[in-house]
Amino acid sequence: MSTVSHEPVKAPAAVRGRAAPSMRATVAALLRKELLIELRTLESVPGMSLFAVTIFVVFHFALNQNSLAGNEAAGVLWVTLLLGAMLGVNRLFVADSDQGGFDAFMLAPVNRSALLLAKASALALYLLVLELVAVPAFALLLAGASLGHAFPTLLAVLALADAGVAVIGTLVAAIAVRTRARDLLGPLLALPLLIPVVIGSARASAPLFGAQGSSGRWLLMLALYDLVFGLISYAVFDFLLED
Amino acid sequence: MPALPLNEAGEYVAAAYIVFFALVLIYVSIMAIRLRHIERDLSELLKLTEAQGEPAQEQETDHSNSEQQAGVA
Amino acid sequence: MYGRRLRALSFSTAASLCLALGLVFFFAPLEADQGFLQKIFYVHVPLAIVALCGFVASGLMAIGYLRTGDSRWDMRSYVTIHMSLIFGVGVLLTGSIWAKGSWGHWWVWDEPTLVSFLIIFLLYAIYQPLRFAIEDPERQSRYAAVFAITAAAFVPMNFIAVRLSTAYVHPRVLGQTSNLPFKMAFTFLVCLAAIALLYVTLCKYEMTAKHTRGQLRALRRRLHSEDGLVGVGGRSAVASLVAPAAPALQMSPRPQAVPGRLSESS
Repeated sequence: MSTVSHEPVKAPAAVRGRAAPSMRATVAALLRKELLIELRTLESVPGMSLFAVTIFVVFHFALNQNSLAGNEAAGVLWVTLLLGAMLGVNRLFVADSDQGGFDAFMLAPVNRSALLLAKASALALYLLVLELVAVPAFALLLAGASLGHAFPTLLAVLALADAGVAVIGTLVAAIAVRTRARDLLGPLLALPLLIPVVIGSARASAPLFGAQGSSGRWLLMLALYDLVFGLISYAVFDFLLED
Repeated sequence: MPALPLNEAGEYVAAAYIVFFALVLIYVSIMAIRLRHIERDLSELLKLTEAQGEPAQEQETDHSNSEQQAGVA
Repeated sequence: MYGRRLRALSFSTAASLCLALGLVFFFAPLEADQGFLQKIFYVHVPLAIVALCGFVASGLMAIGYLRTGDSRWDMRSYVTIHMSLIFGVGVLLTGSIWAKGSWGHWWVWDEPTLVSFLIIFLLYAIYQPLRFAIEDPERQSRYAAVFAITAAAFVPMNFIAVRLSTAYVHPRVLGQTSNLPFKMAFTFLVCLAAIALLYVTLCKYEMTAKHTRGQLRALRRRLHSEDGLVGVGGRSAVASLVAPAAPALQMSPRPQAVPGRLSESS
């Protein structure tokens, strides 16, 4: 009985596998395309990193401080990272919208959510590179105390915050790119939505710069945020592509 | 001497309730503007139907109306 | 028809608002801590609750739109957000006045509900610019629905985050509402009902007005297209354009045709 029912199930699956690639293969292909384009054009990541370092210099003069500690340090770091992320968010879907990438994707017989996953992963990778530049630059330029002891916690905060920013950034970018005035609407939509991320990550990293308090529950809140908005984005993203 | 014997707290309470009513009234006045637009458009359309007697007549199902317009034509 | 229950709603709103105001100023006792100033509570908190419920409800309506593709759900979602934004202005202004009265500052950051409300207000303030920035009407409704769903999920999330960030400083507002004396609680509930009724009535007004304008536009299009094609079989095209206005003008053929078709199919 079981062998009989097993056989016919397996054969169509193999056929379907040829006709429509699996989710993982689709995401991998889209992500590869995304990273390849970024490597060849270098449109987002260098700009984001340079922007972050410039903002640190601006903060130095605006605050008239040689080194920051506690809440101020965490605040400056996260505002800078967030503004840098906004640049990436604004560029995320521009090429797809202007040069027909959306149309090509819609023609392909693949799961639409793959685009969300691929784009969010790409944005998360961009953010990772941004942080690889911005966090050492911050430690060098503005942080008073050494950050060595806080490394594991900082890594956890950065990872959770990146996931949240990547998910919301992708969703907002997909909405904003099809509007007039998309450069304006993107940040206006994303920044209020990301305020819980700012609260969580700034409060979680403030103790690392010498402020009082603990990071634990903020990490929990960030994880909850990532979970909720990951599911929401997954549920609604398809509707942004129906054309 | 103010008209109402409001102490400091009373002024804030009055301000809060005035804000509430002002909002509702502003909304009502916006709706009034829209109503005026609707009225204007309707009268314009009415003039249009009166002016273009013949083309309207062929699609009119109302008998009295078409008779009247035939008389005009 | 959207205006059907409008009169009953308007009357009950007016009556309940009068009753609520009467209770606030003649029935509810003075609060021991804040005195007369506490009366702002009866307008500020219900406004906030109703506006937030409206925001969340608009998200549910947006789900309804995405599920059914029925543009009436989209219109309801739009009107709900619109009304909640207007109420939101009231919440922020009355909250600010209350803060000035009780703490001496126009804005206090350690009042988590008010701060969360500001963030939510800022987010929803983008809703209308977003809609107007998309030209294709079908895509406009779809993107607006996606926004409404995301934002509705954001409302509780944001409350958790902001409340956590201020919880150990000022645990007061929610504690204040939970153990009210009976007279205050009763007054508060009447105020809440009155303001909720006002919200529903204004939403209904708005929807009726929108529907009327839509019908007017359809009528205008019909008249203009009649002007263009002088009765050259333009009927079917026009009828499809004016779907809402059509039944009124085609009274006689419809009722006969529909039962016949029904009996055939059954």
